[in-house]
Amino acid sequence: MKIMIRQHFTRWLILAGTVIILFSGMAATAADESSPAPGREMARQATKTKRPGITVDHSRLPALNKPFKSGPEITKACQSCHTEAESQFHQTIHWTWKADDNIRGKAGHSVNNFCISSNKMQDKGCLSCHPGWNKSMESINCLVCHGQKDINWEESFNDLKELSASKDPEEVEIAKELRDNIQAAAQSVGRPERKNCGSCHFYGGGGDGVKHGDLDSSLAKPNKALDVHMGIDGQNFRCTRCHTTKLHSIAGRIYTAPAATHRKSLVEDDLVSKITCESCHTATPHKAGSKPNDHTDKVACQSCHIPTFARVNPTKMSWDWSKAGKLKDGKPFKTVGAYGKEDYLSIKGEMKWEKNIKPEYFWFNGSIDDVTTKDIIDPSKRVAVSRPAGNWNDKNSRIFPFKIHRGSQPYDKVNKTLLAPILSGNEGYWTTLDWPSALSKGQQALGLPFSGEFDFVETSYVFPTTHMVAPRENVVKCSECHTKKDGRLANLAGFYMPGRDRNRWINILGWAAILGSLIGVTIHGLGRVFAARNVKKENK
Amino acid sequence: MSGINMNLIYLYSRFERFWHWFQSVLIILLLATGFEIYGAWKVLGFRNAVDVHSYTGLTWLIGFAFFVFWIFTTGEWRQYIPTTKKMFEVIRYYIYGIFKGESHPVPKRKDAKHNPLQRLTYLSLAALLLPVQMLTGFLYWSYNSWSGWGISFVPLEAMAVIHMAGAFAIFQFLIIHIYMTTTGHTIFAHIRAMITGWEEVVKEEKVEDWEKAIVKPRPS
Repeated sequence: MKIMIRQHFTRWLILAGTVIILFSGMAATAADESSPAPGREMARQATKTKRPGITVDHSRLPALNKPFKSGPEITKACQSCHTEAESQFHQTIHWTWKADDNIRGKAGHSVNNFCISSNKMQDKGCLSCHPGWNKSMESINCLVCHGQKDINWEESFNDLKELSASKDPEEVEIAKELRDNIQAAAQSVGRPERKNCGSCHFYGGGGDGVKHGDLDSSLAKPNKALDVHMGIDGQNFRCTRCHTTKLHSIAGRIYTAPAATHRKSLVEDDLVSKITCESCHTATPHKAGSKPNDHTDKVACQSCHIPTFARVNPTKMSWDWSKAGKLKDGKPFKTVGAYGKEDYLSIKGEMKWEKNIKPEYFWFNGSIDDVTTKDIIDPSKRVAVSRPAGNWNDKNSRIFPFKIHRGSQPYDKVNKTLLAPILSGNEGYWTTLDWPSALSKGQQALGLPFSGEFDFVETSYVFPTTHMVAPRENVVKCSECHTKKDGRLANLAGFYMPGRDRNRWINILGWAAILGSLIGVTIHGLGRVFAARNVKKENK
Repeated sequence: MSGINMNLIYLYSRFERFWHWFQSVLIILLLATGFEIYGAWKVLGFRNAVDVHSYTGLTWLIGFAFFVFWIFTTGEWRQYIPTTKKMFEVIRYYIYGIFKGESHPVPKRKDAKHNPLQRLTYLSLAALLLPVQMLTGFLYWSYNSWSGWGISFVPLEAMAVIHMAGAFAIFQFLIIHIYMTTTGHTIFAHIRAMITGWEEVVKEEKVEDWEKAIVKPRPS
């Protein structure tokens, strides 16, 4: 019998061994991540073509070989060849600062919780980012976007004006230098580089990284770890690689309009207007059969691939206007806090800066719902000046990461609307520190009423996080969302998520049954041991 | 109890033994990884647990088809026909008789390897609990295809609740089942039988007709 048992046992061992080897082989295949994901290969192919070359050497054009005395003169020179550029550009939001509905936009009734409003462009401080010459709406400054040479235009032209009449040989020399410099800058043009777009978009809100947490000066020359696409040691993308342009109209998100209405890939249709992640990487970019592919219908790529934003430079996370106006020794003052950033200014209030921030997540269909200066608010709770539109059961919505900027800003206690003060200029709050005056001037500029009674209301403002895509080693781990407590998606309700959600009663009853069974078999087993002892004793 | 009145009979065929142990490995893996996904403990990490759970589940599903084929072609399904005869005696034995050193009221026989309590347990397991678990598991795994199959009206939570209830039930079965293997005439007698196929049983006990699995002669 022993031989038989051994024989069977050997067979059993061989069989079990085979099964375990087969099985672990399968598991190994599942866990293998060394081969590149198909979506990455697709994107590499799609972007393989080099940037198109330029067939014009602008320094040899007669129109640009002139002693320019003012900005608009340069623009005229540009237009002498690019005849349609101005009329094209005048149609775009970059010039009009107005959304299609004519209500939203910096030149419309839009507000935020940073500098609050541009008061229909009457708050002149805001115009430093408007692509015209000398903060005027007169003529386009083509070189904001196309100039490749760093130059302070306003200063250069002013100095030139002062020195051009001079007879002093030294000053004549300086004037010549200025003239040459201006001319060289006018000739040095090309397609927009990261620093062109960045000259406004990195500094939105009045400083580096104030507004967007995923867009600051660190993206002018990022490394791959900060942004796999833009990294100069990576794909070295310019902004325009994804923000495609058609007749000067640049693709991107515009207030309530989604950035991309179709989730098409370039593989399906190479004429998609805005390049999104999916355009190049497809909707199933991960290895075939891998779980992340099952997520792309509900979770935006950005949610996992941008683990944190503001990874190099800090970004402003809150701005409390209600604290503005304090004086020290009768004078306005400022204090510097974390990261060497100002955390209090008499003219602006109290602010918080942070780095390496985990985004907050919302269902997002690409549109943003917002409050304008015309909308009635409920000041009893935090007012969402802007918030993502979307819903868990809408098939066009995805879970998307956001920076939320929280603040406190003035509102009209009688009319129940947000108020837009004038900040810059002699009559602006930054000079007068006088709220009632700044508010009434601001409302006047907008053509809106002001009751005279105001207070501050807590607000929030959202920015979709889409830049600063991290290398894949740094992606958000499954367990950061699929977890019972404090997961990244803990606040999203309405749907069942494995690992996060559980049925309370099944949990209680289930564990009770397991515990009961363990106790039961222990008691039964001990009973048998004692009973066996008793039987032995009796037999003795 | 072993000795002169014990008889060695070949009770479990090679496939049956293979299936038993293969399935037990799969079930233990599924429980371990499943409860990790559920958040009960942390061993492999969520992502690995999900991968192992999915592949193990699919392996089980395919393997189960072979088991079903086997059980019907061999007529072994008759071993699972439920009965209430001697059920009370078996229950009484486990509650009382076992402590008094009594012998099992329904000893194992070639054509009656399960006692009435086992029949009921294994039938509900093989015909209800395991298939339900496999079905809900498969649907859970294929959640992304639901809209294509026209079943997206089913809430995922319902599937999760059934699957978890089943998981707890199987976990509970596993505990009791392992304990019950120690109730043979020696602690490891039943386990050894499931490895070798040969079980030592008491001689001279008449197998009642109702207990026998009638194997119909197959047409050759």
